[in-house]
Amino acid sequence: MLFGIYSLLSAGIFLVLDALDVAFIEAAVGAGISTVLMLSTLALTERKEKEPRHKAVLPLLVVLVTGAALVYGTLDMPDFGDPKAPVHQHVAPRYIQQSPAEIGVPNMVTSVLASYRGYDTLGEVTVIFTAGVGVLALIADRRRTRRRRRRG
Amino acid sequence: MGKHLVLRLVAKIFIPLILLFALYVQFHGDYGPGGGFQAGVIFAAAFILYALLFGLDHARTVMPPALLQTVAALGVLLYGGVGVASMLLGGNYLDYSVLAEDPVHGQHLGILLIELGVGLTVASVMMVIFFTFTGRRG
Repeated sequence: MLFGIYSLLSAGIFLVLDALDVAFIEAAVGAGISTVLMLSTLALTERKEKEPRHKAVLPLLVVLVTGAALVYGTLDMPDFGDPKAPVHQHVAPRYIQQSPAEIGVPNMVTSVLASYRGYDTLGEVTVIFTAGVGVLALIADRRRTRRRRRRG
Repeated sequence: MGKHLVLRLVAKIFIPLILLFALYVQFHGDYGPGGGFQAGVIFAAAFILYALLFGLDHARTVMPPALLQTVAALGVLLYGGVGVASMLLGGNYLDYSVLAEDPVHGQHLGILLIELGVGLTVASVMMVIFFTFTGRRG
């Protein structure tokens, strides 16, 4: 429930920052659907955790190493809000100057997302599709599994 | 029917509006804020609201899971298909300029089509995930 309120608040922040497209997503996904999914997951789980079968040393080590690598990666990043950061110098000015003539779509976010960065968006859609397939494969209806087992 | 009468009545009034708003966000994404991702989620939210208030079985009758799975795959296929089409017409993969006579028109058409693909996939995957989570008992 707190997550939902947090998402709604950050949607408000995006709105204040004039990032309407992101605010839309945050309000619909973060505040709406994630909250419902979280509640339905809570309804599926039990009150007490099961006894772990393995020791937690190896997973802990993997998490620590990955976390350290990620933190090390952030050291090279430009300062927050730095106007000389590569992201403001490289392709962004070109998108802003050329997109009305090249794409002709009034909403520049759409033109960057769908046309200039079409590959990335295709990847995102594939990720969402894979998430759906994963959920179906992991926790789909039990009856179907039983029937398949009987057949096999 | 006696339970949640007010909620159900309000939802019945709201759901068509939510669906209409999702379609507006989908097809007006070129001009205002919005696009396939947002529209898909809003569209799915309408059906999730329906499922929350009227029960999963009714929602499954309206939106059969088999149909949803097909549509989810179709959306990705539409997106990739636009890319292949632009390749067949002599451009690069996902280069929409070759889709019509005028490059700008081609871009419009390409963006409209791939946003439709995004919207279809996002909406149906959200519903699939929700139906699967809530349909599982114990």
